[in-house]
Amino acid sequence: MNLNELALLFAASINSGTPIALAALGLLINERSGVLNLGAEGLMLVAAVTGFATAVHTHSDFLALLAGVAAGAVLALFFALLVIYLNTNQYATGLALSLFGAGFSAFVGVPYASESLGERTQFTLPGLSKLPVLGPALFSFHPLVYLTVLLSLAFSWFLFRARSGLVLRAIGESPESAHALGYPVRRIRVSAVMAGGALCGLAGAYVSVVYTPLWIEGMIAGKGWIALALTAFATWRPARVLLGAYLFGGVTMLQLHLQGQGVNLPIQLLTALPYLATILVLVLISRNSAWIRSNMPAALGKPFHPGA
Amino acid sequence: MTPPNLIHRRAVSAALACLLLSACSKKTEPSAATTSASSASAAVEAAKPAGPLKIAFAYVGPVGDAGWTFAHDRGRKEVEAEFGSKVTTAFVENVPESADAERVMRDLVDQGNTLIFGTTFGYMEPMLKVATEAKSVRFEHATGYKTGANLRTYDARTYEGAYMAGVIAGGVTKSNKLGVVGSIPIPEVIRNIDSFTLGARSVNPKITTHVVWVNKWFDPPKEGEAAQALLNQGADVLMQNTDSSAVLQTAEKAGKFGFGWDSNMSKFGPKAHLGSAIINWGPYYKQAVKEALDGSWKTGKTWWGVKEGAIDLVGLSDQVSAEAKAKIEQIKAGLKDGSFSIWKGPIVDQSGKEVLKAGETADDKFLSGINFYIKGVEGKIPTSG
Repeated sequence: MNLNELALLFAASINSGTPIALAALGLLINERSGVLNLGAEGLMLVAAVTGFATAVHTHSDFLALLAGVAAGAVLALFFALLVIYLNTNQYATGLALSLFGAGFSAFVGVPYASESLGERTQFTLPGLSKLPVLGPALFSFHPLVYLTVLLSLAFSWFLFRARSGLVLRAIGESPESAHALGYPVRRIRVSAVMAGGALCGLAGAYVSVVYTPLWIEGMIAGKGWIALALTAFATWRPARVLLGAYLFGGVTMLQLHLQGQGVNLPIQLLTALPYLATILVLVLISRNSAWIRSNMPAALGKPFHPGA
Repeated sequence: MTPPNLIHRRAVSAALACLLLSACSKKTEPSAATTSASSASAAVEAAKPAGPLKIAFAYVGPVGDAGWTFAHDRGRKEVEAEFGSKVTTAFVENVPESADAERVMRDLVDQGNTLIFGTTFGYMEPMLKVATEAKSVRFEHATGYKTGANLRTYDARTYEGAYMAGVIAGGVTKSNKLGVVGSIPIPEVIRNIDSFTLGARSVNPKITTHVVWVNKWFDPPKEGEAAQALLNQGADVLMQNTDSSAVLQTAEKAGKFGFGWDSNMSKFGPKAHLGSAIINWGPYYKQAVKEALDGSWKTGKTWWGVKEGAIDLVGLSDQVSAEAKAKIEQIKAGLKDGSFSIWKGPIVDQSGKEVLKAGETADDKFLSGINFYIKGVEGKIPTSG
């Protein structure tokens, strides 16, 4: 494999991992506040169809992504009200949201299934993307890819250096204590869930508007579930989430590349490789149980009743 | 928990359950005229039904896939247009190739359908099972190989479309590397890859074909990634045996070329689209319904191609040279009158072994059992799951 092919493979890996990274970062905020949103897949699907429909009608990628964000946030708000104010079981409600999202997006998307979005712009950084190997590898991405990296850095800073991030983590660890200190636990949780939903929505819209610009029902094909698992395996730390997502994308593209080269391994093994590799790496770097204990939000998935 | 909370929770759970039910997708589309006289019992006399003939289709994917299932639904609509009030049609989408298919088949039988089409290979065992129980219902299985007294198979010679696409690809490629995104490694798909390569090599003996398998019939993001991997390795014309337009779209984004598969996909890649190898199920479906209506339906195997109007290469773009277009017309004419055969020796497999001697023409039995790559295809065939 020559250097140019390696650069293209690298770029393809980053592109492939971006939607998972975005969704996982959103879920990270969600889960750090103590709410588990199993409806990520449904959120992404609804956002994907919303984004695609908006792109078809307005011919504007930006508006389409914005629409996806809005759809994700609205659905997440609905979920948040159920789970935080009515205290329904988070796992069951999340699953219901997931199923609802799948069916609803399929239903709404029927007239859009044969639509196409026309010519797509190739994003390049002026000058930088002409560099021999680094150009295609690092500087020819869609703006959202760069945004994802920035978000990951921002979240790291927010969670571990900002006061509001500390409050969020406290709510995820022990909402009763936070409540006793006077913080509006439920309101903050709703904001966190909406923010998480917005990012999942952005990820979903990215898939249907930028990555594979078409709408077909079920096109998210499990990325929401992968993002959920990734957040847990990455022990709720933004940098590791990013690493895991890119690793997953990287091994996915690598196994496809290997097939094209004629490498003779059973394809079932090659298909399983991204999952195995990502789990292995993340488990190895997070195997210290004290690390896990200190990073896992202790109140994850548990309902909170102020004054109960 | 205080009681009001509990009541709230139960009301919400009930509402969520209703929402869950909305996630199922099952549609019926009665034909324009009438449904009044249709009998609901499954034990309907095969020869003369009272009321319109009830036909049902089981699809493996969504009608909106713009590919395989879309093509079948096109055929269904042609049946409705042709037979009007004599038939009512219904379809079920996204029926998986698993035990679920059996449940859907039984359901269709219970609804009184007497002619049922199963449009994918994986429905073979479920259809066989239900056919032995519902002996008065006619079953038609696409791309399968097992038949019964009331179960017959039908297929389209997609390899003819693949061959013609190969002829065009061989003329357009500059890197002499072609890429194919493969679905599942069964003989039909391997035959298509081989035919594509044969077609390309007939105009350009230097080309090589690289294959990447996605192990699914339909997974747009995965298909796009596979296409990207092939493009990254230098392939400049892509072909697919998968059901969505993602491969063509990826080629379009990269400024390379691709083909539509099963249906006309030209609008998904206006600059990249060279042609679409489509399947017209209409002619066969109309024939099958005619036989069911006049009582001449009997079991057997049907394999139609360009000759019967079931396969075509359409939407040839301006990127295709005039002589290539003329060659395609020549090939179509040759297939129609029987003077041209794609699988005619000498044909050599990857290892150099001669699988067809000079002048020898492959019969259907040979074609159905192709499990080798011909010379020009890189890589090894994976063991199918």
